[in-house]
Formats: sequence, structure tokens, C-alpha cells
Amino acid sequence: MITLKEALKLPKEELPHLKQDLKKRIEEKKELNAYISLDESGDGVPILIKDNIQVKNWSVTSASKILQGYISPYDATVITKLRENGLAPFGRANMDEFAMGSSTETSYYGKTLNPHDYERVPGGSSGGSASAVGGGVAIASLGSDTGGSIRQPASFCGVVGMKPTYGRVSRYGLSAYGSSLDQIGPITQNVEDSAILYDIISGYDPKDSTSADIEYSPITPNLNPNQKYRIAVIDNYVKDASTEIQQAYEKTIRTLEKLGHTIIHKEMTDAKYDISAYYITAMAEASSNLARYDGIRYGSRVEGENLKDTYFRTRSEGFGDEVKRRILVGNFVLSSGYYDAYYVKAQKVRYLIQQKYSEIFQDADLILSPVSPTLPFKFGEKKEPLDMYLSDIYTISVNLAGLPAISLPVDWVGNLPVGLQLIGKPFDELNLFNGALSLEQGLK
Amino acid sequence: MEFEVVIGLEVHVQLNTKTKLFCSCPTSFNEKENSNTCPTCLALPGALPVINREAIHKAIQFGTAVNASINRYSKFDRKNYFYPDLPSGYQISQFYKPIVENGYIEVNGRKIGIVRAHLEADAGKNIHESNYSKVDLNRAGTPLLEIVSAPDLRSSDEAIEYLKKLHSIVRYIDISDANMQEGSFRCDANVSIRPKGDTKLYTRVEIKNINSFRFIQRAIDYEVERQIEAWEDGVYEDEVIQETRLYDSVKNETRSMRGKEESADYRYFPEPDLLEVYIDDETLETYSKIPELPDEKAERFQTELGLSEYDAKVISSSIELANFFEEMINSGASVKNSVTWLTVELLGRLNKNNLPITSSPISSSKLSDLVKAIDNKTISGKAGKDILDYLMEHDISVDEAIEKLGLKQVNDDSAILKLIDEVLSKNSDKVEEYKQGKTKLFGFFVGQVMKASRGSANPQKVNELLRSKLS
Repeated sequence: MITLKEALKLPKEELPHLKQDLKKRIEEKKELNAYISLDESGDGVPILIKDNIQVKNWSVTSASKILQGYISPYDATVITKLRENGLAPFGRANMDEFAMGSSTETSYYGKTLNPHDYERVPGGSSGGSASAVGGGVAIASLGSDTGGSIRQPASFCGVVGMKPTYGRVSRYGLSAYGSSLDQIGPITQNVEDSAILYDIISGYDPKDSTSADIEYSPITPNLNPNQKYRIAVIDNYVKDASTEIQQAYEKTIRTLEKLGHTIIHKEMTDAKYDISAYYITAMAEASSNLARYDGIRYGSRVEGENLKDTYFRTRSEGFGDEVKRRILVGNFVLSSGYYDAYYVKAQKVRYLIQQKYSEIFQDADLILSPVSPTLPFKFGEKKEPLDMYLSDIYTISVNLAGLPAISLPVDWVGNLPVGLQLIGKPFDELNLFNGALSLEQGLK
Repeated sequence: MEFEVVIGLEVHVQLNTKTKLFCSCPTSFNEKENSNTCPTCLALPGALPVINREAIHKAIQFGTAVNASINRYSKFDRKNYFYPDLPSGYQISQFYKPIVENGYIEVNGRKIGIVRAHLEADAGKNIHESNYSKVDLNRAGTPLLEIVSAPDLRSSDEAIEYLKKLHSIVRYIDISDANMQEGSFRCDANVSIRPKGDTKLYTRVEIKNINSFRFIQRAIDYEVERQIEAWEDGVYEDEVIQETRLYDSVKNETRSMRGKEESADYRYFPEPDLLEVYIDDETLETYSKIPELPDEKAERFQTELGLSEYDAKVISSSIELANFFEEMINSGASVKNSVTWLTVELLGRLNKNNLPITSSPISSSKLSDLVKAIDNKTISGKAGKDILDYLMEHDISVDEAIEKLGLKQVNDDSAILKLIDEVLSKNSDKVEEYKQGKTKLFGFFVGQVMKASRGSANPQKVNELLRSKLS
């Protein structure tokens, strides 16, 4: 597949051919089910859009039954930015319902396959966005990352997935899951494409109060793979990963050293605290964020005997099990009597995690970490919700701390890719991309 | 047993900002249903709130006016509940850290505490038809300032005085239209009783849905009576529970709104879509400068203009009345006559017609013209009342009205003497009687002259000239 960098150089009249070719490829690999639809909107280099990012006049459903029939009347800020830079939304990507999941199995539209092994999940929640790029049926895509939802599927599908610093990319027009954790980010074939797409969607947006009003200088023209860094590895983290992941990790450390980077060893607080703090925070926010899906104004409504019954039926039939589970837990941790013990405590833990990261960054420029504790797992393998939640242990603390991170493929085990992530300091995306580019080139 | 009444009031004041609290939709809502809406106030997927600075500024002004502290950092929280007029399923409010805290206002010499005032977004409106309901979200997201008093009020009279004072203040600093009928000034009352001398607070009952001063007073009186009766009948514990009751103005009673078991859990938590509100020095300084408040104005009217305490209080009770008065003085009408003609004559007529001063058919400049005509004796006071009556019905100038009604006062000696001569010659017999000592007839002559002038002769002049003529 043509890279984003090359596609952006194409003369305008070539783009219709590019789209024709793309459609043919998508048709040939229909079984991937990465695309929910082939909606098009405007001219420009086609970019696949996760189904929770608003595109004007598109159906945008967060892969949920409850939003069937909803057409967005406006563009998300990232979509406006794509259009302004010669790109165009093309196709809606499958995902876990409301971005709640790590396998894209909770989608109302059915599962998406891993392009490298159809028996296995593509990861999630941006599974469609990653599978399409990994399967050669998208040039690049946008995903969203609340607890690893870009980086983990990128790792499972052998592509590059990047989560910007919280506040770097406007959330205006992203259907909210966990508002204090969500970020939109690029999924691409390589690090340079990632930087290009990141540059386009970044920047302060007055429509998003949590977007950072700070100076922004583009990454792509300043990329430098020869910069040498102090890279921290978290020794006590890696022990929970599978042997294949640990081996890839060791191999990568050696590559980084060979490239001239300095490896330093650090410890983090036990990742089990990350899981608790993350799921309490995300579910609390989600329980409130999803309250608007009540069948009154838009989406699907199931009429009941009275108002309460209409709410009850609409939401019972409209939401899938995982979404309901998270709404229930979210309501529980916010209820009076439990609020302090759960929500408030989780915020304290979150603060400690942020502190721990800044301590490490006093000494290091970047951190190297696994993305997933295992290789892509098989469909239906993780039946217990908690097992699924545990597959996020390496990604969620990055969201809790609001840090930028990039997942890139470092190794293959048979036909399955292994991705690792580099984590950067807040708003220090340039050094993050430099480190990732250095590693990508070193692996060739 | 003697009881003490304990009342705390929660007042929702709709701020008169140009746009809504979290989006740029206009705040006017008497338009076509759902026309003033956008993705944010419709709570469409992905839309986000952005704080309206003007609302922050108005909250600072209010805090300053009620001697409160302004929190340099305040926060917004989500109050979660389901209702069709609340599109997002949560109200954005300030629960944990309000913008204004610890203030007070003086009501008849007593300090009434204002515990807090916080910003929040209003809901839309549900319109119920026979077998379905409609939702209008034009009002959704309009900024409200919720002002919570301490339980310092001791009677329904005092509660009303407090409300009137608060109403006057928000109008003076122009942060709200504060129109009770239109719902831009709404009040909930928390009412409890306790044996006189007891200091602890007993069970409070919240009364909602009261939209006029009169009804608030009645609702409180009813509720106090209900609680005292329950106490005296020995069923206080059973009948008086912490609950919300609705006031029914038709039956004049309060009714339980929902049972205890359904008491709502709002699951408050910090609004993650908004950052903390920080008020910098410059903003604080700019918006702490507020116009003269009612008490200050009343004081000034007494010291500078020599008004009585009563008149000063009446005139300064509303900004519109005070402005009306000051406009009259500034255009040269005398203070004494302005007070009388505004508070007695004009307000009397407006009250009879149930009109507020803002809808007065007579402007301040017109009333000022009338008062000046009385000041300089162009017309008599009696004629002034006739002219005022006429002007209530007819939109013409004071001069035109004087002309039309022929009420120009005659001050010209020769004209009056001419009338006197006529009257005296017509009544020569009575003149004889007068001269022989029947001095009571003087009043008769005055009356005849005034009648001959059709009331327009200056009565003082008539008296003077008649006396010299008859001596």
C-alpha cells in the first residue's frame, strides 16, 4: 500500500484512481470486516475514520445499536483539520462498542479479524482502524485511545499507533468514553507517516477546554533519527508479560543500545493499581458520558409504558453487555457512600502514578515498555471481563498520566507481530517520534 | 409551646448573558422551539462545553454585592439524573467548589448569611400534551446563579424581605432580568420549626415550585402551620420528614413530591470536560467594581437630597424606580414635588392598573415636565392630577395636555381682577352682607372666582386680590 507521505505528493487527478484501487483492495479482503461502511466525504487522500469521530452527514454510531440511525450534523475538529490539509475521511472503521474493549469483539457490526491470523483478534478498541492498515486496505487511519485503544491494536496488527499527550489533539467531535483519558491519534504504516498525520490533527482548539493552549511546532520537518536518548526500562513491569513478549523486549533493548542510546533501569508502582485506578475513573466518566443515549432526541428508541420504561427499554436493548457492565460499575463507584472509597481514591492513585512517571523522567528522555502482555489472542479466548481488563496493564498508566506514547512493530513470532511502545514526556512528541524513528530504522 | 421558625432560601437567578453558559447559542428563548440550539446544548455525541466568561464576571459582581469571598479557583461538577429536558443526562453545576462563598445581606438591620452562590446550566422545557410530550431545548444551557442562604430567616415576612432585597440587588448590578413570572428569578424554600430557645436544627422540608412573592409567603405559612400542628398532635416524627413538597397555589397547600425511598443520588463528580476556573487579579479587580447598591442609594437620597428614610427606601427599592426619580431630579424637577408625584400620584395610578414602573405610560421626562409646571405655578396641584389622569390614557406632551384641558394656571393680576369684578358685581347683595360683617362669605367669593376661571386661576392670587378688593 502506498504510504501517506507518498499519497500526499500525488497530483490531485491521481486521487480518484487511488480511491478506486483502495476500494478494490477492501472488496478483496472483505472478510476482515475492518470497515463498517465506505462512506466518502470530500476530495483528498483517503483516511479511515473510527466510528466514534464525527464526520458531517455520516452515520456515526460508536459501533452501538443505540446510535443506529444517527447522522452527525457536524465535523470533529480533527476532521476539519484533515480537510484543510488535503486529506478526506474515507470509510468508517469498526471498533468495540463505545470504545469499551480490547478485541473489537463487542461491536454491534460483528468482529474484525486480525489481518495476520484470521483466528485472532485485531485488538481494540480501534481494531478496525489497525486491521485495515495492517491488512493493506487503508493508507492510514484515525483511532482513539482511552487506555491503549490505539497502541494495543496497532501492536496486534503490526502497524504504528500513536497516542498524543492529553490536550494535544482536540476531543471536540470524539464521542466521549473517559473524557479525562481520551485522545485521538494516528494509526499508520510507519513512524514518519505517524508524525505527518499527528502534525495535521494536533493543536489548540478553543472548542475543547482541555486542549492545551501552548505553542506547537510541527514534528515532521524536524525529525532526527540520530538523536541519542536515555531510555528507561521498567524491570518490574516486564515479568508479567509472556515469554515471546519478554524476548522481543530484550532484543529491542539490545538494538537500542547498538543504536547508541543509553538504557537505564527503573521501577514503577505495581501495575495492579493502574488497573483499579483506570477502570474506576474510566467507568465513572463513561456512566455519565453515556447518559445522553436515552432515545429521546436521536438514535434508536424503544417505546415503553411510560418515561421510565422507555429509558429502561431503550438502554437495555440499545447497549451491549460490556457497555452495561461499565455503566453499572461507574454508577456504583460514584454513588454516595462509595464515592470517597472508589472515585476519590482512584484520583489519588492517578496522581501518584503521574508523580512516579515524572520521577523517572527526571532521569530519562523516554521509557520503553511492552504494549500487550501477550501476542494477539484468539476470538472468545478472554471470556472473563477481568482477563480482558488485565490485557491493558501496560497501556493504561500512560492515559492516567496523560503522556504521549507510540507503539511500533519490533518483532515477529511466526506470522504474529509484536509491538512495543515508547513513552515520552508531556508535550515532548518530537523526541518521542525521533526515538521511534531511530528504532524503526535500526530494526531494518 | 412556643415555636421558632427556621427558613433558608435557594434562589435561582437566570443570568442575562448574551450567550448560554457552555456554548454560543443566544439566551433568548421565546423563539421557535429548539431554534437556539447547537451540538453542545443538544448533547450530541462528541460535543463539548466551553465556559462563558461573561457568566463568571456576573458571578464576581454578585459576590462583591453580597460581601462574599470570591474563590480564585472554582470547579464545575456533574449532577447526574435522567429527564427529557436534560439532554446530556447530567447538569453541569458547582458542587464541591462554588465560585462565591460566605456572604451576607442586611435585611431590616439583620445580617442574613449567604452560604454560597454557584453557577450552573438550566434545563430545557417539557411540554405535555394529552398522550405525548414535547421537549424544547432553547432554555437548555442558560446560565443560572444559585444563591443559597443560611437558615437565618425567622418568619415568612422576613423571607419575603430577604427575597425583595436580593431581587433588588441583582437588578441594581444588572446580572439578571429577575422576572419571577418568566422564571428568571425562582425560589425554593427550606422550612423547619423548633421549640423557642432550642438551637439545634430540626427536620427541614423543601418546598419547590413557587413563582411569586405572595405564594412563597403563603407556602411557608402553610408549611409552618402543618409542622406545628404535627408537633402538637404528637405526630411530628411521622409527618415531618426530610422531603421535597410542591406548593399548590390553587388549594393553598404543600404536597409530598416523592417518597423517601426514591430520594435521588446525583452521583456528583468533577466535570472532566472543563478545567478549574481561575480568576486572575485583573478580572477580579475589573468586576469587583459594581454600581451603587440599594442601601447606598437610600442613604445618599437622605443625606444629599433630604428625603425621609421612608421615601428613600421606597424609591431605592428598585433600580427602575430609583433611575426614574434621579432622571426627574436631573432634568430640574424639585425634589419635594418629584417624591410626591412619583411615589403617591404616579405609583398610585400604576398600581391601580397593575403596571410596573417599567411599563409606565408616562416617562420620567414627562413626569418631570409635569412637576416643573407645578413647581413654577404654570398649573395648580389639582390641575396636575387631572393632567396626569389624562396622560395615563393619552400619549401627548404635558404642554399639549395643559392646553387641551385648558388648565393653564392664571397668574396674571389683571385677568384675575377682571374675574373678581364680574363675580362681585353679580353678587352685590352678598358684598353688602360681607361688608356688614358676614366675613364667612369670603370663601363663597373665592369659589365663585375659581369657578369662573374654570379652576385655572392661581388660588393664592385669588385670595390676595379678593381680600384687598373687599377691604
